[in-house]
Amino acid sequence: MSSGKIRILLAKPGLDGHDRGAKVLARTFRDAGYEVIYTGCHQTPEMIAAAAIQEDVDVVGLSCLSGAHNYLYPAVVNLLREQGADDIEVIGGGIIPDKDMQGLYDAGLKALFTPGATLDSIVDWINANITPRK
Amino acid sequence: MKELSSRAMEGDVRAASRLIRNIEDNVPELSIAMKHIFPHTGRAHVIGITGAPGAGKSTLTDELIVAMRKKQKTVGVLAVDPTSPFTGGALLGDRIRMLRHACDQGVFVRSLATRGAMGGLSKAVGDGIHVLDVMGKDKIIVETVGVGQQEVDIINHAHTVIVVLVPGMGDEVQAIKAGLMEIADIFVINKADRDGANKLYKETRSMLEMGHFEDGWEPPIIMIESVLQPQTFSQSVCELCEKIDAHYQHLVDKNLLQSRFIRKVTTELNDSLHLAIFDKLVESLVNSGEWDQMLQALMRKESDPYTLAEAVAKKYLR
Repeated sequence: MSSGKIRILLAKPGLDGHDRGAKVLARTFRDAGYEVIYTGCHQTPEMIAAAAIQEDVDVVGLSCLSGAHNYLYPAVVNLLREQGADDIEVIGGGIIPDKDMQGLYDAGLKALFTPGATLDSIVDWINANITPRK
Repeated sequence: MKELSSRAMEGDVRAASRLIRNIEDNVPELSIAMKHIFPHTGRAHVIGITGAPGAGKSTLTDELIVAMRKKQKTVGVLAVDPTSPFTGGALLGDRIRMLRHACDQGVFVRSLATRGAMGGLSKAVGDGIHVLDVMGKDKIIVETVGVGQQEVDIINHAHTVIVVLVPGMGDEVQAIKAGLMEIADIFVINKADRDGANKLYKETRSMLEMGHFEDGWEPPIIMIESVLQPQTFSQSVCELCEKIDAHYQHLVDKNLLQSRFIRKVTTELNDSLHLAIFDKLVESLVNSGEWDQMLQALMRKESDPYTLAEAVAKKYLR
């Protein structure tokens, strides 16, 4: 009997130590029935991509409040692609100005959640768009 | 599936992690891959690290990886954390202590959730070890969930078991209780700069002095002080790493590895029979509606579990 579960890696790339939001999300995802690999702050895109592959997650959630999202988020997407893991979706959150949104979607981010997004809306998006791999 | 196992045996990280995922999800075709892999297993040295929640297992594992990499060994880690009994979700937070190895190709770290298993491990640990083994990892560290007194399943999978103790958890009667305190090949007293560490050392020592060690290995006790003093911390962990190697050498020299292998294959045969017979049986009882009828009969006190089990056994076991 197969019991597929959504696995999600949560990471904070770059120089940003404000992880309260990421921890709230980790707890929320746990309560939504996902397996959450929480890896915390100060990570390079290389570390995040390597961890996502070793953990065989379905989705990577990135959080960055320092303004470096335009560099860091696409870097993670590209590294996953280069390593043949383009089936791992990448979503992001943080302080992202409206003018940056389209560029990030174009770079391959599947969803972006900015201040004001409810926890339910994030879980609903994942439930609707991510299916655990078989 | 066989392609996946072939790639894993060539060391492909993506294939290995996918295989472990399939083990966790128990996908039906998995047995093809495991049959393929099994003959090639049994090469790696498997080390179990167990102890109470917050005792420092992940932090020790992180520093052990450093020590093992210095000796040119490749390392695989399976780190288990608990699944919620309410939502089925899990927060897997062991990896956060081992981030510095993320980009080292010689290190593979995989987090596992218990998914209802009670012995301190996940059901996927046994086969997960096989995957890391055929991937070519020299040392495989299995970190259990934070355990209490009784979760000792790690002895069925590890050649060398490390029990991590911390000061302040109880008196000497705790030290002579059965269960966790019996399974150590090596004791670590972690956070040994804290009050009570010497007392814990004496209690553990005197517990060991009461015992006799038929296989000729008396478990050493290693005191490890705060991680915040990186130099002494890493020196102590190097000492631990030496003891781990010495223990493995002891198993080899005294021809004791076989006894560890027998424990593991016994467990594996048990688990496989469970999967092939018991789970299938329950599935067919559920599908035929008998399961529900039996539950109803029990609720109405028209029958009892013993009678029902005997009837099922008579019908299905000949």
